[in-house]
Amino acid sequence: MIGLEHYLTVAAALFVIGIFGIFLNRKNVIIILMSIELMLLAVNINFVAFSGFLGDLTGQVFTLFVLTVAAAEAAIGLAILVCFFRNRGTIDVEDVNVMKG
Amino acid sequence: MSADLTIILPEIVLAVYALGALLAAVYTGKDALTRLLIWLTAAVFIVVAFWIGVSSEIGTGFSAMIVKDGFSRFAQVTILLSAAVVLIMGQDHMARFGLEKFEYPLLITLAVIGMMVMVSAGNLLTLYMGLELQSLSMYVVASLRRDNVKSTEAGLKYFVLGALSSGLLLYGISLTYGYAGSTEFSAVILAASGSVPLGLLFGLVFMLAGLAFKVSAAPFHMWTPDVYEGAPTPVTAFMATAPKVAAICMFARVTHDAFGNVVSDWQQIIALLSLLSMFVGSIAAIGQRDIKRLMAYSSIAHMGYALMGLAAGTAGGVEAMLLYMAIYVVMNIGTFAFILSMTRDGLETTDITSLNQLSKARPGAALALLLLMFSLAGIPPTLGFFAKFAVLQAAVDAGLVWLAVLGMIASVIGAFYYLRIVYYMYFGESGTPLDNEVPVFQMVALAASGVLMLALFPNLLGLEPAAANAAAALVR
Repeated sequence: MIGLEHYLTVAAALFVIGIFGIFLNRKNVIIILMSIELMLLAVNINFVAFSGFLGDLTGQVFTLFVLTVAAAEAAIGLAILVCFFRNRGTIDVEDVNVMKG
Repeated sequence: MSADLTIILPEIVLAVYALGALLAAVYTGKDALTRLLIWLTAAVFIVVAFWIGVSSEIGTGFSAMIVKDGFSRFAQVTILLSAAVVLIMGQDHMARFGLEKFEYPLLITLAVIGMMVMVSAGNLLTLYMGLELQSLSMYVVASLRRDNVKSTEAGLKYFVLGALSSGLLLYGISLTYGYAGSTEFSAVILAASGSVPLGLLFGLVFMLAGLAFKVSAAPFHMWTPDVYEGAPTPVTAFMATAPKVAAICMFARVTHDAFGNVVSDWQQIIALLSLLSMFVGSIAAIGQRDIKRLMAYSSIAHMGYALMGLAAGTAGGVEAMLLYMAIYVVMNIGTFAFILSMTRDGLETTDITSLNQLSKARPGAALALLLLMFSLAGIPPTLGFFAKFAVLQAAVDAGLVWLAVLGMIASVIGAFYYLRIVYYMYFGESGTPLDNEVPVFQMVALAASGVLMLALFPNLLGLEPAAANAAAALVR
């Protein structure tokens, strides 16, 4: 029987993979965008699982909002990335270093 | 009109204005209309700020998704007025450096709507939507100079770390929803009382981490210096003011409105964030030669002090925090008015050594900047001192004496780099001076905020009772 904890475990695993994808990835900014998407989807799994478990629709409504925002976020992220590529000629993570932080 | 719509009428007016102006500008003059739109937007902001300020409308709308109380009113008026001033003082700079894009004032309007929703959220859903509206608009304006490597890099870094922080916040929201059974603050606060379930505690911690990113509190501050340096200066000026107020007010909303019954559970976390921010901001700024980066670290340190007020966990603490933020905004507007005017031979410069001997070339500006630097450092009798005093007192009253003492030590360390700027202006070596022509609005903003730093009117111009009212509305 698949219970709430299974869903939460999957979501937590996906979320952690997303975070590690952002921090450990040294290759390509596109992978960072994918990792961000993975994090948001992990959150969505959480919301839907809780929603089903609690018998409350709020979680599923929240999921729809998150999906919408994620789409807008991806659009803006890619647009900024295109601008960056035009100026710098590369999208390697290691080359995002004009300013040292 | 239904009561729900009346509650959010100011936001609706702004949203209709933003979309209408966007359509109008696209179909007519486009970038030629920038200056007009900047003035119009600033005027709309000021009118809406007065409208919100004088209306005594208090209530909730859309099943308590939106809460309009004294707290949200204080925050919204501060946000609107500071955004208006930043727009006006930045316009000459935009025109001079080829940044006259009509999207700029409209994106700022959308960001301001997002902030207004954030500070008046009564539900985690509205909080998230407001936050995202603000963030998405800010990512775009950070990379406004899209033919410039630094600006687009700033936008990219801001985007990646901002999206990460939204993810953390959202994960926290999902856990909070699961373990509290609702996303409403009024339901979460009932679930989060007595012994808190572990899942809810995890949700709280994730949410605090996400929020700390947004207020750029250490150890979540890495994006701030790069984004401040890379973004066009008027945008940096904006980022340092209104969004900071909105983020910290949202922070207070979450902690007090949703977790107000379990103060001891988040007090230590916020005290730690505050402590780290104060020290990181004060120490890391010492090595900076770029005044925009320096202001970034300065803002990290100031967020630490504002969080100290919040860490107190009392109404007095929230009042001190609001007071601190209002004064911080004025100080930053003045300082950025000066940074906007820093040009040499018609080119923008942000090197602090270019301030050498400024007192000879522009004695008035040097004096105003001196007052602002004293105030940022917290030296009496400037306003900055009273702001710091208020948060330290709130921390001591709440029994956080160690935090107050360490805050004072950090403030002394931080005074070094503020006073170094004063040193350069008055006793520095002579070099190529800065240009002498300064646009009138930058001069006015600089002079006005410089004077305000000394203006010890009773109750700080009525700011203190307003902040007290706002805090009383939030902390019950």
